[in-house]
Amino acid sequence: MFSGFMVNAWLIGTIVAVVAGIVGFFVVLRGAAFPAHAIPNGAFAGAAGANLIGLNPLIGLGVFSLGAALGIGRLARHGRADAVTALALVMMLALGAAFLSQSTEYEPEIFSLLFGEILGVSRGQLVPVAVLALVCVVAIGVLYRRLLLTSIAPEVAAAVGLNPARIETMFLVVIACATTMTVPVVGALLIFTLMIGPPAAARSFTDRTALALWSSVAIALVTVWVALACSYQTNWPVGFFVSVVSAAFFVAGRVYAWWRHSRATTDRAPLVA
Amino acid sequence: MSTPPVLDVEHLRVAFAGRTVLEDVSFRVQRGEFTGLIGSNGVGKTTLLRAVLGLQRIESGTILVDGAPLSQHHRSLGYVPQKIALDPDVPIRARDFVALGLDAHRYGFARRTKEQHELVERALADVDAERFANTRVGSLSGGEQQRILIAHALISQPSLLLLDEPLANLDPRSVQEVVSLLHRVASDHQVAVLLSAHEMNALLPVMDRIVYLTNGRAASGTTDEVVRSDVLSALYGHHVDVLTLHGRVFVVAEPGEGDQDIPEHPTLTVN
Amino acid sequence: MSWIVEPGFFSNGPVHVALIVGAVSAVVSAVVGVVVVVRGQAFAGHALTDVATTGGSASFYYGVAPVIGFLAAGVLGAGAMDLIGVQRLRGRDLATGIVLSVATGLAALFLYLDATRSATTGATQQILFGSIFTLDSSTIPLVAAMSAVTLGVIAVIYRPLLMSSLSAELAAARGIALRAVGLAFMLALAIAVGLSSIAIGSILSTALLIGPAATALRVTRRLRGAFVVAVALGVGATWLGVLLAYNSYYWFPSSQGLPVSFFIVALVFLAYLVSGSSTLRRLLRPRREVTV
Repeated sequence: MFSGFMVNAWLIGTIVAVVAGIVGFFVVLRGAAFPAHAIPNGAFAGAAGANLIGLNPLIGLGVFSLGAALGIGRLARHGRADAVTALALVMMLALGAAFLSQSTEYEPEIFSLLFGEILGVSRGQLVPVAVLALVCVVAIGVLYRRLLLTSIAPEVAAAVGLNPARIETMFLVVIACATTMTVPVVGALLIFTLMIGPPAAARSFTDRTALALWSSVAIALVTVWVALACSYQTNWPVGFFVSVVSAAFFVAGRVYAWWRHSRATTDRAPLVA
Repeated sequence: MSTPPVLDVEHLRVAFAGRTVLEDVSFRVQRGEFTGLIGSNGVGKTTLLRAVLGLQRIESGTILVDGAPLSQHHRSLGYVPQKIALDPDVPIRARDFVALGLDAHRYGFARRTKEQHELVERALADVDAERFANTRVGSLSGGEQQRILIAHALISQPSLLLLDEPLANLDPRSVQEVVSLLHRVASDHQVAVLLSAHEMNALLPVMDRIVYLTNGRAASGTTDEVVRSDVLSALYGHHVDVLTLHGRVFVVAEPGEGDQDIPEHPTLTVN
Repeated sequence: MSWIVEPGFFSNGPVHVALIVGAVSAVVSAVVGVVVVVRGQAFAGHALTDVATTGGSASFYYGVAPVIGFLAAGVLGAGAMDLIGVQRLRGRDLATGIVLSVATGLAALFLYLDATRSATTGATQQILFGSIFTLDSSTIPLVAAMSAVTLGVIAVIYRPLLMSSLSAELAAARGIALRAVGLAFMLALAIAVGLSSIAIGSILSTALLIGPAATALRVTRRLRGAFVVAVALGVGATWLGVLLAYNSYYWFPSSQGLPVSFFIVALVFLAYLVSGSSTLRRLLRPRREVTV
């Protein structure tokens, strides 16, 4: 399990988990689950298009995720955010379908773009993935406190001179970046799972912001490692295990939060407001 | 005056949704002054505050904070909205939220220094929030959250604290508590306060000046100067009487002048 | 005329089926979609389409007709989401996302198992992007029946549904059983999604659900008007999409054609963008508020 092509899978999986854990923390904080689901689907169309014209799929991924991110950000400001995100999502998927229909390899293409091919990842893909991962992590690190305040109290943030709209755009671009590097690995449909399951679970387990962020990374790592191991043993798709383990962590987090809450309300004396 | 006023609003005109909300509003807030922005609901208090914060486009007029125009002043202002929508799932403790008031605008992930931690402790103590400092902000009651918002706004040592209707929907005892808390922290920190309210009586003991807003215009000065029949009648455009009873002030319109907004209900209650 | 409609269009059997099934699913999707958009449940609606994907891929694996898989999975998914509390505002997007993720993971599993077990290809393509031209006319009765059921349910719960969509508190105060109404609506939504999945594939059925509805709500003032416009847009996009897809077989030398689903989605998306243009706004002078 730990030799040959699997080494690449472990390395890339680890990088993906770290990025998903960090970016996902803010996805969950900002309630951006739907855009985080929609942008990777834009990536899918880009990869299919790039494939069609003989370009490196990574370029197509990058261009289309960025376009999706900025497009969704722009459209959402001028209409109902959720309806617009849904439309943008399907439009990009449809484009992907159209591109794929024109190429000779239809079926396996779709499967790997949507669900990932982590076991088929080559050494050569390691460098661009690592570079993009670094970009994402650094961006989040630099914007950390601004992201926090604009996510939690945008009005107060605006009052002290921050620009919530600009931060939102930058964050969507980070999602696009994270998407570009992860879609070839876990697939468009499943990167989303890593970006919401582990962070949602992590924030149930601790009150402290920084700790919740690191827990999110830790849980994402465990998820990916377990999924890889199971996939290696059974030959079933990695994405299946990622989704199941993520869901398990999410449920565990909910249960723990409910238990804490029920304990707290019985133990604590009522506060005077 | 050698130092410029903390807030200088001149001939402010704000319009949106097709109507002029603020016609010609002028007033000043000096250093350390506790000022009440009084007006009934819908008259434009929030609009005025948002304009001062730079969140609302203005048609004409000037707004100077610490002598400088809007874009450069943000550190001088502390803002306390009525409430923030935060659910208990969000992992941020009260003390962490207050700490963000120090450095939310900073880039990077640097750890906070010992001095900063102490500042946070003191800010929490100022608003009597030590008890729930480690609780998630989303789990706090409305009053507790308000105190955290005040601490967050104060910790960066602004020259002016802006509060949007902090007393709305509070019972009389809580109103008194919040007013005395605000008065205390304002004088301790020597920060000017501009808070909006639709009822002035609770603020009478602590207000240095009042800005009385109606009809898109404002009259400002001390309560004695402003809350008078002649001044307010000019402001409203029709005759109003000002009555004082048991230390409480009532602004009463003549019957028939029903469509003017009068902040005080002319009913007498004995507390 | 021949450059608008390529030869053989109107006499083509599969085309007839495509037009009928497409129109029926468009009507149901449009009606249900207007309520979905008003309730702000576009994400939940989309999640159900991904759940339908799971059903489709499972049905391929077990050798059952896709329509059954779509519908069964949709109903199960709707029930699961209701259970996890997708109707409560707090945390509902996350719950929706998790259900979506698990469904997608399962879909991956079924597609993989199906691919390894049998030599048949095209399962993924068919389920996800539809195969409207290969539908059998025997599906029409089932489609018609399910549509009637869905529209019937909506008609019955229309008033409490609208009330609870606009204000949950007011609805509860009037004695409306919010949970029951919400659940009934989710089931109607699941069926609508299942139906359009047959026509244009599960992943794209969101387009027929949300697109016409969102566009209609942007240009009409009254809710009843929105239903009419949404249906018109949905059926129009579907028929035009079928026509264009049929024509596209003749456009490309490789004779591959472009998928119907692509055209329908593109038309729906275009309609939405156009509805936002300021010239159109001036023409129609819509109000911001939607009156019932």
